[in-house]
Amino acid sequence: MHEIVQYIESYLSSDKTPGAAGNFFWATVYVLLVFVGLSIAVIAMNWLERKILAHMQVRLGPMRVGPHGLLQPIADALKLLLKEDIIPDGADKVVFWMAPFIVVLAAFTVFVVVPFGPTHAITDMNIGILFMLGVSSLSVLGIVTAGWASNSHYPLIGALRSSAQMVSYEVAMGLAVVSAILMTSLNESKTGTLSMIGIVQAQQEQGIWFLFKFFPLGIIAFGIFAIAMVAETNRAPFDLPEAESELTAGFHTEYSGFRWSLFFLAEYSAMIAVSSIAVTLWLGGWLRPFPNLLHGTTWDLAFSFIPGIAFLLLGAMCFYNTARMPKHPLFKIQTLGLAGFGAVLTLIGLLMFLPPVRDRVGDIFWFSAKVAGFMYLYIWYRGTFPRYRFDQLMKVGWKVLLPTGLALLILTAVVGMRAELLAQVKEVFQR
Amino acid sequence: MTDPNTLSPLDLDMPDKTFLDANELVINMGPQHPATHGVLRVILRLDGEKVLGLECVIGYLHRGVEKIAENRTYTMFNPYVDRMDYVAAVSNGLGYCETVEKLLSVEAPPRAQYIRVILTELNRIASHQLWLGTHALDIGAITPLFYTFRDREEILKIFEKYCGARLTTHAFRIGGLQYEAYDGFERDVRNFVSFVKPKIDEYEELLTTNRIWLERTKDVGVISGKDAIALGVTGPVLRASGVKWDIRKAQPYANYKNFEFEIPIGENGDTYDRYIVRMMEMRQSLRIIEQAVEGIPEGPIMAKVPKVMKPPVGEVYHSIEAPKGELGYFIVSDGSTQPYRVRVRPPSFVNLQALDVMCRDQLVADVIAVIGTLDIVLGEVDR
Repeated sequence: MHEIVQYIESYLSSDKTPGAAGNFFWATVYVLLVFVGLSIAVIAMNWLERKILAHMQVRLGPMRVGPHGLLQPIADALKLLLKEDIIPDGADKVVFWMAPFIVVLAAFTVFVVVPFGPTHAITDMNIGILFMLGVSSLSVLGIVTAGWASNSHYPLIGALRSSAQMVSYEVAMGLAVVSAILMTSLNESKTGTLSMIGIVQAQQEQGIWFLFKFFPLGIIAFGIFAIAMVAETNRAPFDLPEAESELTAGFHTEYSGFRWSLFFLAEYSAMIAVSSIAVTLWLGGWLRPFPNLLHGTTWDLAFSFIPGIAFLLLGAMCFYNTARMPKHPLFKIQTLGLAGFGAVLTLIGLLMFLPPVRDRVGDIFWFSAKVAGFMYLYIWYRGTFPRYRFDQLMKVGWKVLLPTGLALLILTAVVGMRAELLAQVKEVFQR
Repeated sequence: MTDPNTLSPLDLDMPDKTFLDANELVINMGPQHPATHGVLRVILRLDGEKVLGLECVIGYLHRGVEKIAENRTYTMFNPYVDRMDYVAAVSNGLGYCETVEKLLSVEAPPRAQYIRVILTELNRIASHQLWLGTHALDIGAITPLFYTFRDREEILKIFEKYCGARLTTHAFRIGGLQYEAYDGFERDVRNFVSFVKPKIDEYEELLTTNRIWLERTKDVGVISGKDAIALGVTGPVLRASGVKWDIRKAQPYANYKNFEFEIPIGENGDTYDRYIVRMMEMRQSLRIIEQAVEGIPEGPIMAKVPKVMKPPVGEVYHSIEAPKGELGYFIVSDGSTQPYRVRVRPPSFVNLQALDVMCRDQLVADVIAVIGTLDIVLGEVDR
């Protein structure tokens, strides 16, 4: 018994991720935490997307199930679980059954290496970023099998579009990623890293987010990635595989109920996954903003209050809306519910002011906040842009993003090596 | 550009020549499909994403309106026409009433004419707003739909205040109007005009210079003026191809000759031009409404028409410029209380013919854009 406790406690003083430290217990705990956190994030994202999109479109969005529709995603999930499970007659049953699981597996597995903090990751691989890109592109396999197994025309076209799109944008995405990885090698030993944690630490050492490195090269690389990642996740304006006005629902036309909800889950977790790549590579991962300008212990302390303040603000928003609820007996439960939700948020906020919590959640908070920013962008795109046509999509991928990415890669390398290059040029002239 | 006269007719029963070439795909778009604006069924023959040809199958919303007319008196048939193009019911009513008036050789009094023009032009704006919202939605921009519907609501409110109905209004009667303009009608209309002007700019802000919108609509579904005339296409679709043909100017009806307005025309006959033409038309309609509301004369609203209408034996064709194009009524009278035959020339039905010409050798996504840009209403296509 004592040994087990010791085994569990031994990790707490470690500065490695549980996977890297080889601690099986904590790795399992982290896997569960990430899984639960991700599921909550998808549920929250479902509600937020509908709400934010609704407000952009001068309407209210869900308002009936729970206060301000807060319980709507849960009601939807229940509805989807209770629906009849239909497999079309002509479908290839095994493949049809398998496809959503491939997609979900791919979308969830990538989170193994996502660093929420220097120690807050399931594991740290020395090929982290490659692992993420590789596994996340496996989801195209699921989409293609889904489209093919449905044995129907719309899904088939959707699947073909999807595979072509993902393959083409992966190239540009890869180039942008490489240019960021090149930046990690600008240190004493001239060795870069592919480890997700290492990339963030490189930004910490260099004292700059790669977004601003070699201005404007970093921003361009980030831009390429930001465009490619929207295409990778099949979201507007690149949502051709599921363009509802053309292909009814694209590759998941024949799916319903639980299987459909798996696709939904996978889509949203893939969005979070690629956003976390972007955050890790260019936005300094878990690092708080302005580490150069506003440094010192005072600023550190001030910034460590922000998570608590953010939650308190959310709580205050809930209370404000509780006060605005209609004063009618029918709304009593909803009003109470909203107040309760606000109270929970406030409590979390207050908890975050406690020194031991404050020191540990800061990095998770900043990482999540940055990812949340990307999620908002996704919704904003969807509210603003029309959809690209397939040939135009390919044109953007191959004729714009790819050459830009290549040029950028070379430029980054040249700028990064300028001292050595100059030295060599000098040497040649001196001879 | 494909010449409509040389187009080979589609032979869908023909066995596939390229049997082992799995590229060719026949898909049924509709009748239940989110982007076919009702119950249009399009049989698409695709080579990958490219459209080899298509055929429209219509009739899913056929209600036999023309046959019904033969069993109704002239007055009784009036509400039925509202159900054809249900997003522009007022225009339908105007066309029918004017045709019967022509048959009876009566003319609506000036006050009625003015109110008719105001309501019809309001309806044109409402119809174009609905078109814009759904067209943008088909192309993937979901937000304009809600903006246009919000503003269309104001028009529907005016209709509701005027005659109690919002969509199928039955606003006009043969010989004039049944209802006098309600108190504050002019104020409401003026308010609407000043309300909607900046809103139209707002729609344009979202789309007109949007890169994706430009790419999706420029050079998509091109139809030349010559082809358009050959196919009998009318309305904004024809005008966008550079043909200046608007019945309000060409064969003025109601009292359109009293108003100053321009006919916006396009150059290339592509989807973008049709979009621009309709946007400009909305502004011109506002101009007409402004002039009309300033000049509403006093006087009666109903001409002298017999209670039991027995038009003289004869036939008459009369057409108006509905929001979607030339809406014509051909009525044959045998001297009885019921028309012997009513034939409607619906703009949507005729414009839909151009779909095949406009979509050949384009991509699937363009079919959707072209269906949207033709602005068809299946109630009118099938009748």
